[in-house]
Amino acid sequence: MFAKQLTVFIENRTGRLSEVLGVLKDHNINILSLSLADTTEFGLLRLIVNNAAQGKEALTENGFSSLLSDVSIIQIPHKSGSLRELLKVIDENGVNIEYMYGLSIESDSAYVVLKASDVEKVDKILTENGVRTISCEELANL
Amino acid sequence: MIWSKEETLPREQIEALQLERLVETVNRVYAKVPAYAKKMDEAGVKPQDIKCLADLAKLPFVTKQDMRDNYPFGLFAVEKDKLVRIHASSGTTGKPTVVGYTQGDLETWTECVSRIACMGGASATDVAQICFGYGMFTGALGLHYGLENIGAAIVPSSTGNSQKQIMYMQDFETSLLVATPSYALRLAEVAQEMGVDPAKDLKVKIALVGSELLTDAMREEMHKVWGRDILITSNYGMSELMGPGVSGECLEHCGMHINEDYFIPEIIDPKTGEVLPIGEQGELVITCIKKEGLPLIRYRTKDITRLFYEPCKCGRTFCRMENLSGRSDDMLKIRGVNVFPSQIEEVILSVEELGPHYEIILEREGYLDKLTVKVELAQITDSFSLLEKITKEVKDKLKIILGLDAKVMLESPNTLQRFEGKAKRVKDLRSK
Repeated sequence: MFAKQLTVFIENRTGRLSEVLGVLKDHNINILSLSLADTTEFGLLRLIVNNAAQGKEALTENGFSSLLSDVSIIQIPHKSGSLRELLKVIDENGVNIEYMYGLSIESDSAYVVLKASDVEKVDKILTENGVRTISCEELANL
Repeated sequence: MIWSKEETLPREQIEALQLERLVETVNRVYAKVPAYAKKMDEAGVKPQDIKCLADLAKLPFVTKQDMRDNYPFGLFAVEKDKLVRIHASSGTTGKPTVVGYTQGDLETWTECVSRIACMGGASATDVAQICFGYGMFTGALGLHYGLENIGAAIVPSSTGNSQKQIMYMQDFETSLLVATPSYALRLAEVAQEMGVDPAKDLKVKIALVGSELLTDAMREEMHKVWGRDILITSNYGMSELMGPGVSGECLEHCGMHINEDYFIPEIIDPKTGEVLPIGEQGELVITCIKKEGLPLIRYRTKDITRLFYEPCKCGRTFCRMENLSGRSDDMLKIRGVNVFPSQIEEVILSVEELGPHYEIILEREGYLDKLTVKVELAQITDSFSLLEKITKEVKDKLKIILGLDAKVMLESPNTLQRFEGKAKRVKDLRSK
């Protein structure tokens, strides 16, 4: 099961990030997790929100270019070594992980947002291994 | 189609006609334009010294400064009441340069542009939308009269209101577009935003572009959005000489044919003023030999090009000038290196992930020039490594081509300024 990630390209100028966040706030988009990668010239803001499609629409209306992409949001037990276990399975199947970041929505387990070179293959691997992933619908109800 | 029989005259006949008209022009200008007669006297040359085409080199140059010094009508060779039209340049620095036309000049102009339109594939069946700004600028009216003369239906839509421009193209079935290359790209972008695919949903099959350089890379960008089968030709002119119609590209795409029965071209070394041998690159100098109102002799265009006299496959015998590599005015000196903005443009357009819009910023940090190039992503990506790869690719290519380190700034799609007329992509913030 995939979830949608909202990616925004941000030129590295003072106040740019806060403009983006302002637009999302004005449209009642709730941010569940984010990752910000940056150089001195630009930043890439990746967001998991309660409604990614609506978020994209709001950003477009306000002149920000954004992108929706499929990612896997994977539940892992809150214990040492569990992320490694997960990655081992993915690695064994020869899929590259492009990036990954954490997501915290409940206290008894952890979640990671994972973007792989082959999203569908990862999804299949996860399903076969009985790993729980979160859908857009679930995100919308959080 | 070849519009006039003059375009295929044998070389000897072209040269005989040129000499006859040159001698007539020099005599007339000497008698009627005191400012130029004075220049000739100072150079020690009299009209009777012009006996062959090579004698042209004895005559003094006319520059844009001469036009300013004689503002507004000092270089005109007719009384003001003989004029039927006056145009002027934008004059961003100081006084504008003023040009005037007699009835005969307008006919010449129409003839020259008719030829150029035919070279680019235009015919009487075309619906020609002219997206050049109408007004004091000569571009729009020049193309207007020439295209009307060959029987095309003119849509004088001018610039601006791009959505309406697309609507006209759909509803009037526009088949020919006149615009700057950058505005043609902008129009395609607006069409796409409206859900219209310029290549499939519009009937534009000919683009006559001018007033800006058309590099091969820019032509390719235009093909990407306007379709593979659109005929794109560039044409050249400047208001001082007449407006558009001095030269134009034929469908062989091997340079622009100069209307040699009206204009004599020379290539000079811009530093020394010496005439360079055929085939060498230098500044284009043009002498008008059939103009009545403002017959400029040896006008320095500041445009850098070269001339070819080999026969063209299209059948025309008029010589060709290479598509411009830049204007000596546009040349930037960055840390001692001569750079044409078109070189930077070639680099940007060669990177697949980037759009065709860009901005060049020059600043001074301490004693050092700093070059910043702003480029626009064609589309957003969620891959950071791709963004780094793009930045590095632009930097590396600029380093190879210019030998300069540049700062490359990526911008979101659709954020850099779009232009309707001549694109102004260079911001030189160094104090001169």
